[in-house]
Amino acid sequence: MRLFSALLERLAFTPARTVKLALLRAYFAEAPDPDRGYALAAIAGTLVLPAARRSLIRDIATARVDPVLFELSYDYVGDLAETVALIWPVREAAVEEPPSVSLVVETLRAATKSEMPGIVERWLDASAPSVRYAILKLMTGGLRVGASGRLAKTALAEIAGIAPDEIEEIWHGLEPPYRPLFDWIEGRESRPDPAGAPVFRPPMLAHPLEDADLAALDPEDWRAEWKWDGIRVQLVRTAGGVRLYSRTAENIGAAFPEILDALDATGEAVALDGELLVLRDGEAAPFAELQQRLNRKTPTGAMMARFPAFVRLYDILFDNGEDVRGLAFDVRRKRLEAWVERVRPERMDLSRLIPFADFSELAALREAARAASIEGLMLKRGASAYLPGRPRGMWWKWKRAPLTVDAVLMYAQRGHGKRSSYYSDFTFGLWREGEDGPELVPIGKAYFGFTDEELRFLDRWVRHHTIGRFGPVREVEKALVLEIAFDAAQRSTRHKSGIALRFPRIARIRADKPAHEADGLDAFVKAYLAH
Amino acid sequence: MKATEWLVPRAEGLYCAPGDFFIDPLVPVPRAVITHGHADHARPDHGAVLATEETLAIMRLRLGEDRAGATQQPLRYGEELTVGGVRLRLEPAGHVLGSAQAVMERAGTRAVVSGDYKRAPDPTCRAFAPVPCDLFVTEATFALPVFRHPDPLREIDKLLRDVKLFPDRTHVVGCYALGKCQRLIALLRQAGYDGPVWLHGALRPLCGLYERFGVALGDLRPATEAAKGELCGGIVLAPPGAIADRWARRLADPVVCLASGWMQVRQRAKSRGVELPLIISDHADWDALLTTCREVGAEDIWVTHGREDALIHALAGFGIRGRALRLIGYEEDETA
Ligand SMILES: [Zn+2]
Ligand SMILES: [Zn+2]
Repeated sequence: MRLFSALLERLAFTPARTVKLALLRAYFAEAPDPDRGYALAAIAGTLVLPAARRSLIRDIATARVDPVLFELSYDYVGDLAETVALIWPVREAAVEEPPSVSLVVETLRAATKSEMPGIVERWLDASAPSVRYAILKLMTGGLRVGASGRLAKTALAEIAGIAPDEIEEIWHGLEPPYRPLFDWIEGRESRPDPAGAPVFRPPMLAHPLEDADLAALDPEDWRAEWKWDGIRVQLVRTAGGVRLYSRTAENIGAAFPEILDALDATGEAVALDGELLVLRDGEAAPFAELQQRLNRKTPTGAMMARFPAFVRLYDILFDNGEDVRGLAFDVRRKRLEAWVERVRPERMDLSRLIPFADFSELAALREAARAASIEGLMLKRGASAYLPGRPRGMWWKWKRAPLTVDAVLMYAQRGHGKRSSYYSDFTFGLWREGEDGPELVPIGKAYFGFTDEELRFLDRWVRHHTIGRFGPVREVEKALVLEIAFDAAQRSTRHKSGIALRFPRIARIRADKPAHEADGLDAFVKAYLAH
Repeated sequence: MKATEWLVPRAEGLYCAPGDFFIDPLVPVPRAVITHGHADHARPDHGAVLATEETLAIMRLRLGEDRAGATQQPLRYGEELTVGGVRLRLEPAGHVLGSAQAVMERAGTRAVVSGDYKRAPDPTCRAFAPVPCDLFVTEATFALPVFRHPDPLREIDKLLRDVKLFPDRTHVVGCYALGKCQRLIALLRQAGYDGPVWLHGALRPLCGLYERFGVALGDLRPATEAAKGELCGGIVLAPPGAIADRWARRLADPVVCLASGWMQVRQRAKSRGVELPLIISDHADWDALLTTCREVGAEDIWVTHGREDALIHALAGFGIRGRALRLIGYEEDETA
């Protein structure tokens, strides 16, 4: 547990991806089996443990610590597991070794409720604070690792010198503590065979299309469809089970049980690629409605009725158990259409192909499509096989030109990691008529879009125009106009302005523009939220 | 006459009436006894100043010759002096070089003002010596049971392992200029690190002073004079304010570390943007505060700066009467 808790601590404070990878590699190289396998599961979120009640932890702590001191401490620290980890008074002469990760996992799985307090006390007595913290977080299921499962798999792939997708392809056929995986990574055994398991297949991704790229494309070779603004998913059904995966291989089925049911009802051995959306009056709803569902690990019946989910199908990867990824897009498209026609699945429909003669026609269509649920167009080469990753020249995403607004910089905050010495998180606002004349209302935050040079400019500007400080936040003179680009505007009750921007970023610094000429909130609402 | 009758808290600070002097006063006074050189204890422009030789030297260095007291009187640890109606001596506090507890006796009663102190071993200063007394004035910077400082060498080991793991990055450790900086260097040396330690300009004068008082710190070099690439894999010490600021930008892909007792609490480390928190403190932790308060056997304990409520509550459990002084003007941060 010592190695694991040290890893957790270091990961929690480290923003940089490359550093996290190095830490993970070092851990996997040093930690023994099966500890490292359970650690991998904890990071990837595949470790299923019966969750201990928080009251158990509180109770064993307050049995040993004066309740007044405990409350004062909890108040100061703000986190129960951390408070207990730090405050835990060790009894004299703790001779036991701290428990290993595997011992903790296996014990938590097997122990009865009445045994638990005694076991946990012994563990806490034998451990240092950071180990206690890791144990308590494992128990309460509140472990925030500061690294994703994908990152851990990437670290393993780097150890083996292979592509992370090779691990991804078999991942969902494996279980903690993943010994066959480590055996393969370290060259002792051959690659584990996922057999009939409903594993995730690395998705094929698109490159952004610049207008300049268009000239080189022959419209004959290309198929167009809308790029829907939901989340990309993969539906897999085999004899071994049903799964709904996100693009990053996360198993999100529990959040969308109606999709799993619909998929299972097909009775087919199939893998499909599509966009998860919420249905509103027979149409795809804006992303914000899907967000309501994504926020929940398991939905209530009311949520499912208010925000019904469905999948708009883009592609087919396995058809009746047959791997069709090697076939051309045009051929797969025929197979997909035939499959939908034959099976008539619930809660699924086909993403329609858009006929076009030339790209200018397509460009006009793209600009005319104002529906919030459409992000832009996809162009797919008719002859393209389904290849994992982002192969060049196969698929393009042709997003709608971003919308822009001229806003005024209001607050700035320091960034993280490499940017921690710069003011690089910016809150901006629009004008509206207040009781005492024009006032600014914050409409969003942006922390990217600028070049290094622009960042240096903004940082200097913030330092020289600070008029107030609230903790890490600086309020600045309302004097700098920023051109903010964004993908869509939505209504929001969580923001004072009543609107929320999707993907806001700083397109340009308009130091030339006087602040009072920045845009007004009313005009903005009329332009972008009228429907 | 009880000690609580002749040692009295006043707006200017603690006042010893029969000796007519203040201890660590917050504003300029005619006569001051200074426990140690930290800015919130050693303030400028007093008349006569009495302190250890080391503390006086630190004051001259930090405040300037003209503001470190109109007259300065050094007193060795353990040496006794009669001032007006009290006998006064200084005993080591284990906090920083020259730090002392002021021990005052009058008519068979004894009061001890500890200033800041710690009980953990520190190669750069004399160890705290508990003095039995009737009235003990203690700090309470880390007076919550969540603050139990780990072995500092374990924290140094954490740092050195990280340096090994990221040999192309520069580890920049934020530390207070007086005490923490020199202790870190001494701990590094104790752990067998004999490479150069690079210093921010603001840390150099006090390191020089420590060495003049016989604390060997090894190979120290100014960070600004490092050749390109020389800092990769190196350890740079800088004041806490500089580690996340423009000064740190010159460093190669820095790992921002901060050495402080506050690093025990994750949120504190996070909010400082620290990548590698090092829990190294020059103050007594919870256990050391309780042990000390019981060891000196005082009937009355006055708590000056920090979290008085928890400490007073715990002392009551041992039948010791605690009282919060709430002297305004002491700072909790950075030096911790
Ligand atoms: Zn101090
Ligand atoms: Zn102090």
